[in-house]
Amino acid sequence: MSSHFLGNSCLIENVYIASAGLTAGMVEAQGPLGQKFDKTYEDHYCGEDSFEKGERKMLQDALNFCLQKAKKKDKDIDLYIGSDLLNQNVTVSYLMRNIARPAFNVYGACSGFALSNALAALLIEGQCIDNVVTLVSSHNATAERQYRFPVEYGIQKKDTTTFTATGAVATLLTNKPTNIKVESITLGRIIDYKQNDPNDMGRAMAPAAYDTLMTHFHDLNRGFDDYDQVVTGDLSQYGHELLKEMLAQKKIYPKNYDDCGCLLYDIHNQDVFQGGSGCACSALVSMSYFYEKLLNKEMKRVLIVSTGALLSPMMTFQKETIPCVAHAISLEVVE
Amino acid sequence: MNTNEYNRMAEKMKPKGQCLKHCMNAFLYGGAIGIFAQIVLEIFMNIYHCSEKEATPMMIITLVFIACLLTGLGIYDNIAKNAGAGTFIPITGFANSMSSSALDSKSEGLIFGIGSNMFKLGGTVITYGIVSSSLLGVIRYVLTLFG
Amino acid sequence: MNYLLAFLFSGFVCLIAQLIYEKTKLTPGHICSLFVVIGSFLDLFHIYDQLVKIFHAGALIPITSFGHSLMHGAMAATQQYGIFGIAMGMFDLTAAGISAAILFSFLVAIIFKPKS
Repeated sequence: MSSHFLGNSCLIENVYIASAGLTAGMVEAQGPLGQKFDKTYEDHYCGEDSFEKGERKMLQDALNFCLQKAKKKDKDIDLYIGSDLLNQNVTVSYLMRNIARPAFNVYGACSGFALSNALAALLIEGQCIDNVVTLVSSHNATAERQYRFPVEYGIQKKDTTTFTATGAVATLLTNKPTNIKVESITLGRIIDYKQNDPNDMGRAMAPAAYDTLMTHFHDLNRGFDDYDQVVTGDLSQYGHELLKEMLAQKKIYPKNYDDCGCLLYDIHNQDVFQGGSGCACSALVSMSYFYEKLLNKEMKRVLIVSTGALLSPMMTFQKETIPCVAHAISLEVVE
Repeated sequence: MNTNEYNRMAEKMKPKGQCLKHCMNAFLYGGAIGIFAQIVLEIFMNIYHCSEKEATPMMIITLVFIACLLTGLGIYDNIAKNAGAGTFIPITGFANSMSSSALDSKSEGLIFGIGSNMFKLGGTVITYGIVSSSLLGVIRYVLTLFG
Repeated sequence: MNYLLAFLFSGFVCLIAQLIYEKTKLTPGHICSLFVVIGSFLDLFHIYDQLVKIFHAGALIPITSFGHSLMHGAMAATQQYGIFGIAMGMFDLTAAGISAAILFSFLVAIIFKPKS
């Protein structure tokens, strides 16, 4: 049955997660979730001769794991929806040129995971298609090259900086029942709180996360207590404290709120500044740690709010502020 | 919450910077490079029996060489992380900006990669050095004509 | 004694730059450009020459000395060539540094691979 939008949200009845493939880089492998990924690599080249090709290799491997686990071939999938950080979404496009199925890209910066999966869920729920694989990736070196500085440049990063996660996640969504379903989605508005520091993404994105979270709760008449855990994608230390303060001003003091940027790494012992960022951040944490908790029935329902900062270096040089967006997706155990 | 209130709140909660530690490091690393440069300068003055003015370009070339080499080896950015301005203010910073840009663009080939991108970060220093010297040079030339 | 003076001046210039970097949103690129212009300016009245006489290498290695060298070369050439000397002599003293930087950057880019 197809669902209608309630405000900016939608309850989803008939979309399930069949499998997920996760690959990650060496810093992520040394983090608290390191053992949960299907494959990790010793360096950022992943055996290729450029960082961009390395990122593509990681995404290919993630896709292979995803399909293997579901016992499917790439041509069995109706549609692929991809999201990565690079200009023209080259990671996904250049990967998909080898697969003869329909594919398109969506750009939401680091909100790619929730964005691509929310879209996939809507398409399946609308009975347009039976299954979708979403492809999400980010890579520390390719992101640094594109958005910031050359990787060997001797710059002292500011304390509010976040560390782009290196990783790729491929998720298979289907209308055939499995143990975990996509339960609801909320598509976010683009919010600009006039922040202009490209070294402080958490501060720029927190208002967007707040807006989507409040919208989700309002549309579906829910609160933090309706979930075992609510996570934002990559606000990291500083950003997530800001969001908690914004909630506190509305007298909301959640005990079950955390941020994937703080969960992916050991913030105190790894050199990651405020924590993780990038599309892969919310994807890796959601589809390893939380997916496992749901499969083991240690949690019943989890809300993931992936956050993205929609800036480009050119806009920053033109003295523009940073518009941000957050999209939400909730996963639930099927009884 | 409007943007002004948000900014006030965010400023209060900002992570405490390590300004004092960074400044101390900048002073120490910068000073250390100063001592090293002085040693190199005196070595060249002795080898070539020349004045300080003549040995200066040799010293500069040596420092540039070392900075480029450390950049290529992937060591420079680890030093610079701690040193901050201690490494970007001396001529080593300029050498690093050029070599890191060139090295980074290696995958785009000789022309559109290395050749085009070398001056991406270092170009601004050369541009404003020349522009300011030209303007100030004209001013001084005119002053000498009159006095 | 020379070593101490070099240490102090070089360290001091870096300290000022670090303070600017900490307290403002200026990037190293901005700060270096600013210091180069300051270096040129300080040579306008031969101030930087005095600094080099006292602090030797300490005054020769910060990027300010690049501005000073450009200015110095330009001024020296004006004595022979008039106003054209500014452009003709500008790189006389800085040619070594820039040529070396270009050459070694090129070699580094050919030989090494970026690590991240």
